[in-house]
Amino acid sequence: MTLNGWLQLILYFVVLIALAKPLGAFMARVYEGQSTRLDRISGPLERLIYRLSGVNPQAEMNWKTYALALLLFNLFGLIAVYLLQRLQGALPLNPQGLGAVSPDSSFNTAVSFTSNTNWQGYAGETTMSYLTQMLGMTVQNFVSAATGMAIVVALIRGLRAAPPLATGGIEGVGNFWVDLTRTTLYILLPLALILAVVLVSQGVVQNFNSYQTVLLLQATVDGNGNAVTQQVLPMGPAASQIAIKQLGTNGGGFFNVNSAHPFENATPLSNFLEMLSILLIPAALCYTFGKMVKDTRQGWALLTAMTVVFAVMTLIAVGAEQNGNPAFTPMGVDQTASELQSGGNMEGKEVRNGIVNSVLWASATTVASNGSVNSMHDSYTPIGGFVLLFNIQMGEVIFGGVGSGLYGMLIFAIIAVFIAGLMVGRTPEYLGKKIEAFEMKMASIGILVMPLTVLVGTAIGVLTTGGLATIYNTTPAPHGFSEVLYAFTSAGNNNGSAFAGLGANTLFYNTALGVAMLIGRYWIAIPALAIAGSLAGKKIVPAGPGTLPTHTPLFIVMLIGVVLLVGVLTFIPALALGPFVEQLMMMGQQAGQ
Amino acid sequence: MRSQLRPALASLALLTVLTGLVYPLIVTGIAQIVFPQQAQGSLIVKDGKAIGSELIGQSFDDPQYFWGRLSATEPFPYNAAASSGSNYGPLNPALLEMVQGRVAALKAADPDNTQPIPVDLVTASGSGLDPHISPAAAEYQVARVARRRGLDVSTVRQLVAQHTEGRDLAVLGEPRVNVLELNLALDATASK
Repeated sequence: MTLNGWLQLILYFVVLIALAKPLGAFMARVYEGQSTRLDRISGPLERLIYRLSGVNPQAEMNWKTYALALLLFNLFGLIAVYLLQRLQGALPLNPQGLGAVSPDSSFNTAVSFTSNTNWQGYAGETTMSYLTQMLGMTVQNFVSAATGMAIVVALIRGLRAAPPLATGGIEGVGNFWVDLTRTTLYILLPLALILAVVLVSQGVVQNFNSYQTVLLLQATVDGNGNAVTQQVLPMGPAASQIAIKQLGTNGGGFFNVNSAHPFENATPLSNFLEMLSILLIPAALCYTFGKMVKDTRQGWALLTAMTVVFAVMTLIAVGAEQNGNPAFTPMGVDQTASELQSGGNMEGKEVRNGIVNSVLWASATTVASNGSVNSMHDSYTPIGGFVLLFNIQMGEVIFGGVGSGLYGMLIFAIIAVFIAGLMVGRTPEYLGKKIEAFEMKMASIGILVMPLTVLVGTAIGVLTTGGLATIYNTTPAPHGFSEVLYAFTSAGNNNGSAFAGLGANTLFYNTALGVAMLIGRYWIAIPALAIAGSLAGKKIVPAGPGTLPTHTPLFIVMLIGVVLLVGVLTFIPALALGPFVEQLMMMGQQAGQ
Repeated sequence: MRSQLRPALASLALLTVLTGLVYPLIVTGIAQIVFPQQAQGSLIVKDGKAIGSELIGQSFDDPQYFWGRLSATEPFPYNAAASSGSNYGPLNPALLEMVQGRVAALKAADPDNTQPIPVDLVTASGSGLDPHISPAAAEYQVARVARRRGLDVSTVRQLVAQHTEGRDLAVLGEPRVNVLELNLALDATASK
């Protein structure tokens, strides 16, 4: 890698970590109900929302009520997004006159956006009206993110609660409506507003115009030999949606190619800010956690574990992509990096981003369950593609989705102290709370459901005609297998990125991936809330000489080990059939040259 | 359950108005006042007509123009209304065929050029709309364009330099040449 490449990577990590503390501390204030600088603007709106929805912000909920509220809210959101797509042809703000979306695609997209997956089976600029993009996609970008953050805050409250609570004997984990509203008003909206305006300054479009026709300098011909003299530029309120799709680990693009599109991500500066936004809130939430449990070392320990894994995976992928595609070399193609070109495997990547910024983005978007892309993952080298699959298969706990990444990581922390407890024959505890059978059952569900969904889904995909019909890269076959594995990995982990060669807008994939997204989201979210409720009712045991401290380097290594062994080992056989075989084929071709 | 129904419906409705209508309208308002050019797609206007966008590439295969990245959009290259990458896997024979085809076209347009070909000139961009090529890819084409237009190599090279952007804030991204703007400048030079 070039010196500048290193500089760009280091700059990214430094800015990310530097922002974690101030933003994390601010979020802790928001969730503790303390005063903030935004009270004067957000406060009246907050109280208005409570009054009109009949919410008593002081009322504590137990975990079951909290889960019920959350599920109802997401269900209504899902129905709203579905109906918007089905009815958009008859609704306003549709200058291109786009018609109703098919039922299966509408279902898939509705699930995708409410579950914070933001998998896209459709192409934005040719499918969704401005109204659908705003009232459907943009709204769910906010509230699905807020939902994830609410869940982790409930879990944190359960971890630190010291019963009996002063809340009428309820083992309370907070109030979902308050967490939802405050997250949206105090955290997501202000950040998105600032980011959106900066993105527009860089060239990201924000208007309500119909698509703009421009004349071409040199005429070209289409596939049927007809002359083409014009280009139609898509327009729309893109910046407002893109800001929140990056911040809320949503990832669903305004345009088909997501943030590879110059109107969605115009310059290296916009690229840096969008990339930073992918991991900003997940990183800061670690500090929020530490602050809320009154031991910031606990938060730093989790953030360290995440950062180490992310850095290592990123470097492996950058190396692989920078090496380029050996098949090009005999054709007289120059892939070496220099001051005049980024070199490397540029298929599916943009010149302004080059290798480093394409791969850093790809790695960030897969460790976090963002799923936005600025390069085409399907065209990565086998090792590069392997890293992206592996990043998602860690269960989206290395940063992960906003909220969902941290509650996933806390589940892994519980497993880690349990395994450590088994080694020394002592009842495990985390932050002074005893981890017993109920917590372990719930943690096990949270961890096992994902591989089950991904692997069974992939197996169905490669065994049925419906699944096989739209595999695009059939030669070589391992790459086609990777496309299907990636699709179910992405859906089952609520990531949303794709090996986009797979034709996923079919009845089979819309349905199968829709179901996978539902399972991947709620079968982890509900066990996490169950753990929160159970822990809320437990006394805090003072730390003794036999207590395993959970902020030390030893514990960080232990935690990484558990994530890798428990989380990813399941996937090695599947990975062997896809990227590993493809890598061997590539090496074979190289040797034959 | 019933006690949560009203909050669920009401908060969804209220947050929809706030994040789905008010928020995008505020952003649009600020954007149109402070950054109108960027918010409308950074259009290049000549004689009152939009002839392109600074941010969206166009297709060039005439040897007197600089060529940009390959584009995998359908049904014609650089179809801005349907952005798409090739999504070819690295070992897909179709990818190698595509690269080979571009190499052959470049050689046919400039048979004497024996320099190695910069990789961005023979691969398709992720968006299919990449407006840029690397400075190396521009340099590879300088002699050909100069010859076809009867211009000095140094004149063409100077134009390339004028349309080369460095890294943002001296660190971010990669140096790049805007192909459409460069070709527009070439046309303006030739007509002098």
